[in-house]
Amino acid sequence: MHALIDRLTQPPHTARRHPQATGPDVASAEPSHDAHSEPKITVEAADFYYGDKQALFNINLTVPQHKVTAFIGPSGCGKSTLLRCFNRLNDLVEESRLVGTIRLDGRDIHDPSVDVTDLRTKVGMVFQKVNPFPKSVYQNVAYGPQLKGIRRRARLDDIVETSLQGAGLWEEVKDRLHHSALGLSGGQQQRLCIARALAVNPEVLLMDEPCSALDPISTAKIEELLHALKSHLTVVIVTHNMQQAARISDFTGFFLMGELIEYDGTKEIFTNPSDRRTEDYVTGRFG
Amino acid sequence: MATRIKKFLGSGTLFVWFCGTAVAASVLLVSGVLLLIMINGLGFFWPHALVELTLTDGTRVLGELKGEEVIPHSETTAFPEGKTRVKLKIGNRDLYGLDFRWVDTERVVSADTPTDVIAVERREWGNFYGRIREVRRGGEHVASGNEDGWTALVPLIDHANALHDDVAHLQRDVIGDVNYDIERIRLKLRALALQGQDDPVRIAVLEASLQALERRYQEHVDVLRTLSDRLNEYSVVLIETNGRELSLPVGHIVNALRPNAMGLFEKIGTYFINFWSVLSQEPREANTEGGIFPAIFGTVMMVLIMSVAVVPFGVLAAFYLREYARQGLIVRVIRVAVNNLAGVPSIVFGVFGLGFFVYAVGGTLDTLFYPEALPTPTFGTGGILWASLTLALLTVPVVIVATEEGLSAVPREYREGSLALGATKIESMIRVILPCALPGILTGLILAVARATGEVAPLMLTGVVKLAPALPLDHHFPFIHFERKFMHLGFHIFDVGFQSPNVEAAKPMVYVTTLILVMVVILLNLSAVAIRNHMRKKFRSAAV
Repeated sequence: MHALIDRLTQPPHTARRHPQATGPDVASAEPSHDAHSEPKITVEAADFYYGDKQALFNINLTVPQHKVTAFIGPSGCGKSTLLRCFNRLNDLVEESRLVGTIRLDGRDIHDPSVDVTDLRTKVGMVFQKVNPFPKSVYQNVAYGPQLKGIRRRARLDDIVETSLQGAGLWEEVKDRLHHSALGLSGGQQQRLCIARALAVNPEVLLMDEPCSALDPISTAKIEELLHALKSHLTVVIVTHNMQQAARISDFTGFFLMGELIEYDGTKEIFTNPSDRRTEDYVTGRFG
Repeated sequence: MATRIKKFLGSGTLFVWFCGTAVAASVLLVSGVLLLIMINGLGFFWPHALVELTLTDGTRVLGELKGEEVIPHSETTAFPEGKTRVKLKIGNRDLYGLDFRWVDTERVVSADTPTDVIAVERREWGNFYGRIREVRRGGEHVASGNEDGWTALVPLIDHANALHDDVAHLQRDVIGDVNYDIERIRLKLRALALQGQDDPVRIAVLEASLQALERRYQEHVDVLRTLSDRLNEYSVVLIETNGRELSLPVGHIVNALRPNAMGLFEKIGTYFINFWSVLSQEPREANTEGGIFPAIFGTVMMVLIMSVAVVPFGVLAAFYLREYARQGLIVRVIRVAVNNLAGVPSIVFGVFGLGFFVYAVGGTLDTLFYPEALPTPTFGTGGILWASLTLALLTVPVVIVATEEGLSAVPREYREGSLALGATKIESMIRVILPCALPGILTGLILAVARATGEVAPLMLTGVVKLAPALPLDHHFPFIHFERKFMHLGFHIFDVGFQSPNVEAAKPMVYVTTLILVMVVILLNLSAVAIRNHMRKKFRSAAV
């Protein structure tokens, strides 16, 4: 069992050339999720339906502030659905329905007084499929701030530079800010999406399998970035890659068939899961 | 053997062959049509050689050789392949009554292409082919004989053409302006009377200026008369090949050539001059001669007005259907209806345009805003605006369908990405989705333009005329005159080819007009395609 954990917590082989990319040691993760952190997002008895089909069953969990929380589980287990509930992106899906309460900083995000666009600027999102807009690098990053009404060129320049630096992309693109974003490599595009999300100064960053389409080097860079971001951001990441969850997250939730099977410190989940199914999944017996 | 056939059928080679054949047949048909139009249309501008035939009875025939054929049922033992005859364009319609003549080859004694014959393009009665006997000024003799006459005639024709330009300017611009002002003052007086105002000072002022304008009109008409007299100052006596004489004022001559004496380069030069004059001049002789500029102008302007009308409507409708409307039975029914609308015969749209736009909307506009002109309708009759709107209605389904396709091709990730950054739906649509859908919208516009340019039937009911007195765009405020009738290349083809008194002589004009219509369609489309490709390049998708 320990040998397995060692293997799981090793960075991917390419990441060895970037020792800083290994992320936090699992051993240093919080043993229990309610010990040191304020709750940022609270989910209370959430059921979610696509039409008649129920996708989430009675989910209860708390996402702590300034930590990285990972959702793992096999495909179709509802982890992305839950993630998309956090910024109400599921509102777009016709015939979908959420029962239960999701709170951000203690406030129900479905409260009529909550402006959904405000919510979405507070809760940024990075998608599985890299989706920079077909505009220039600069326009991509400036998009969010411009929506918020920032028009002054100097201010925008400033935000673009800070955000790109925050996403570790500034050095690579500073000479081609006004070239099409679609000319960047896949990994650069994903970091551009992160920069774009950072430009509106979010409090939470949702990441829906951000590395699934990327090569190991790009993945390592993004993992390194996450480690830096959590000092001032709460990150929720959905991943298929258990090694990744183990490397980068402080807390891990395991989902199966729309249910949250187990939610605990990452070390607990990977070394001492309390549920048999979690153990089967993390040890690779299924999924 | 059976297994080999089975294997062959199973391999799909046969299917590929069928597909290839279908493509080849389509390409062949399209290129055949274009080739036919180009050969006949482009040949029109070439200065053809004049052939002089001497016949067995001693008479002569002079004209352009237009074709040769085997006389039907003329096969005899002496002529197992049948006798032949040639078709000549003999011109001189006022002398012969016909433009064309068939001559049996067996009656031809000799054929010659004399260099001294001239082809005269006249303002009336078509071409004249023959020689010059004498050039006169009034009753005085200026030059006689073919050679001296030619030398004397050429500068006179240039002079007459310059005079014609002056006359045209005076008629259209100067007198046109005066007439325009007179009409406006007349309408003002009428409006005052209708409103029951009889302020004598105002009426007196208006009437005074009316009289001043009428005096100016008279002066211009006098100038015009002296110009016309100068046009008829010189005349030329022409003889046709059998010696019949014809006296012709030089002012009636557009152009005179000696095609048989021209070198290749001279002919090429003449070719382009002819081409340009067709593009730039106004029609003469019931549209069968002269140029087609007003028709080109009307076509392009109508298409542009249509585009301005159709794109916003189609795009907004498509956005609603795709982005806002709840997808369900009603939207599906609407979509089917829109698609079917594209298949409604265009004449139905024409009838609708006449009933709704012209009579209902135009009639109402007239009673509300132009009562002083009634009973003469202003907007209550066919005009370029109504024709364009009718065509916009005809093509709006194409734009809707293409825009919807364009919208559905925008990746969902763009929408979600934009919304996730705190954009509202409308912000996402304007700033992300619309730019991405622009190539699709332009595809719709291209299809709409292609369809609208070639459409004739609805226009005949809503504003196209055989001969428009003025272009719908000029220097009088408000510059674009939406209520004016206009000319259109498609209708021009119909009119020249099938409604003119001399169909055979008008045939080249039909081909030329067709060629230019095709060129206009291609040019309009190419410009839209160029814009679309530019957009595509800008929004090219990444190869991840």
